[in-house]
Amino acid sequence: MVAHGKAGLCSTLVPAPVISAQSLTKKYDDFTAVAGIDFEVAPGESFGLLGPNGAGKSTTMRMIGAVSTRTDGELTILGLDPNTHGPDIRSQLGVVPQQDNLDLDLRVRDNLLVYGRYFGLPRKQIAERADELLEFAQLADRRGAKVDELSGGMKRRLTIARALINDPRILLLDEPTTGLDPQARHILWDRLFRLKERGTTLVLTTHYMDEAEQLCDRLVVVDKGQIMAEGSPASLIRDYSSREVLEVRFGSDKNAEAAERVQGIGERIEVLPDRLLIYSDNGEAELVKITEMGLHPITSLVRRSSLEDVFLRLTGRSLVE
Amino acid sequence: MTVTDDARRALTSGAAPRRFGALYILEHRIRALRGYAWSAVMTSLGNPIVYLFALGVGLASLVPAGIGGVSYLEFVAPALLCTAAMTVAANETTYPIVAGFKWNPIFHGMNASPITGRQIVHGTMLFIALRMTFAVAVYYAVILAFGAVPSAWGILSVAIAVLTGMAIGLLISSYSSTLKDERGQLAMVMRFGFTPMFLFSGTFFPLSELPIYLQPIGWISPLWHGVELGRLATYGQPIAPWLIAVHIGYLVSIIVIGLWSTSRTVTRRLAG
Repeated sequence: MVAHGKAGLCSTLVPAPVISAQSLTKKYDDFTAVAGIDFEVAPGESFGLLGPNGAGKSTTMRMIGAVSTRTDGELTILGLDPNTHGPDIRSQLGVVPQQDNLDLDLRVRDNLLVYGRYFGLPRKQIAERADELLEFAQLADRRGAKVDELSGGMKRRLTIARALINDPRILLLDEPTTGLDPQARHILWDRLFRLKERGTTLVLTTHYMDEAEQLCDRLVVVDKGQIMAEGSPASLIRDYSSREVLEVRFGSDKNAEAAERVQGIGERIEVLPDRLLIYSDNGEAELVKITEMGLHPITSLVRRSSLEDVFLRLTGRSLVE
Repeated sequence: MTVTDDARRALTSGAAPRRFGALYILEHRIRALRGYAWSAVMTSLGNPIVYLFALGVGLASLVPAGIGGVSYLEFVAPALLCTAAMTVAANETTYPIVAGFKWNPIFHGMNASPITGRQIVHGTMLFIALRMTFAVAVYYAVILAFGAVPSAWGILSVAIAVLTGMAIGLLISSYSSTLKDERGQLAMVMRFGFTPMFLFSGTFFPLSELPIYLQPIGWISPLWHGVELGRLATYGQPIAPWLIAVHIGYLVSIIVIGLWSTSRTVTRRLAG
């Protein structure tokens, strides 16, 4: 009786995950795109996959999207197996792919109307929702425009609006702001943040650390098809980096030589081709030490640690190459 | 595994698309057609008029005795009807199929929703059949106006032409759906597939006029089977009953196999 009560309590306190992956694997002939990854996403959570191009993020997203079939491992989305319930799962998803795939032959609003029908929704309901979403995506004044006439940022927002036409339980965003200018990115982040506030589960991939820091409650760092680390942006920075980073440049020919001499300064040093990164809780203090050694960097910069540093620490490589 | 609320909701909302997905695709394509409806109507009307004047009036004057007991115009009219369907098929199943994966990748967009690869193919083919029926019906009206249909059964030639066109379209889509890159392969299909079929299927002269070693082009060509049936419908060309069955069976088999193979290719590509 007691044991029963305990089990019951657990299941009410911890909501069932909306996505659950165990040893999830995808192989193409000889190439392993995703090499057995495990993760869970809780309802309402904003979960990110951070990694460089070719890390297997998009492949993972296409498997979560119940489109690409897994080679091995277990995957459950909304409690269902995508191999047998693809259409049912997809009826509860919103998908923003890496490459926009709006229908260029249709006008802006028609893209939403047509897409809503794919979910079997009544036309009247779709029409109302389309107008709301055009408002949300700040495209109401472009409703009759041809898709080709829209800017990159507008197309992206229209794709997001289209992904929301069925009021999805989970929104999947693959590189949502890649290729957009800074202003367009900020508009998009603002819209995504609002969705997050409304309790929509977001799963996104990105190779921008600022994007992951802005939008994700929790993320996994992915490289070569494997998960390198997992946690909230703040905890990952805390665990794998220092509070501050001192970046110093000595000029490309003197870089290596200077690296030898500053050994022992800070907690850790990363030598990049064009600069040195000195990890420390007090960047200014390290800079003073360097100057006292008689070294005079051409430029120096003290900044907060970011996920970029986490990635560098975990893989020895830079995130955006 | 216990069924969660999420799962139950997904199963409910997935039910309608599972059943009607292909019709939703048809609806999409009809909406997209609005953008070029005018040019589609004009082509449907312009083509037959040009062909009937050129062949039925111009070329016919060189064949005053007619062919097989009917005037040249009556002989060529059901064949032209089939070639009209074949042209729609070629237009819709070559570049638009490659485009759906590549240049205007709507197939991927459709498949991210509950719609399956099979439904995408079925809906697209339904749309093509509808568009073809419209084009062929207009063509038939023009042929009637030229007085080229002696038999009351003539109207059946519309359905025959659509059957022929769809067989050819599905033959092409079985191939075009496999193309990941278009480097002139479709132009080759038109040059070495479409054009010989167009010319050597008993379209403009009876197949029996060809040397025996060229006649097999006609036998394997869906167009020849359709044209033979069309001639039966419009002027009662004598055909053995077993041969009628062969003609219909051949066209239907190609449609069934083509639908199956195109669906399989599209489904596999989308799931990659």
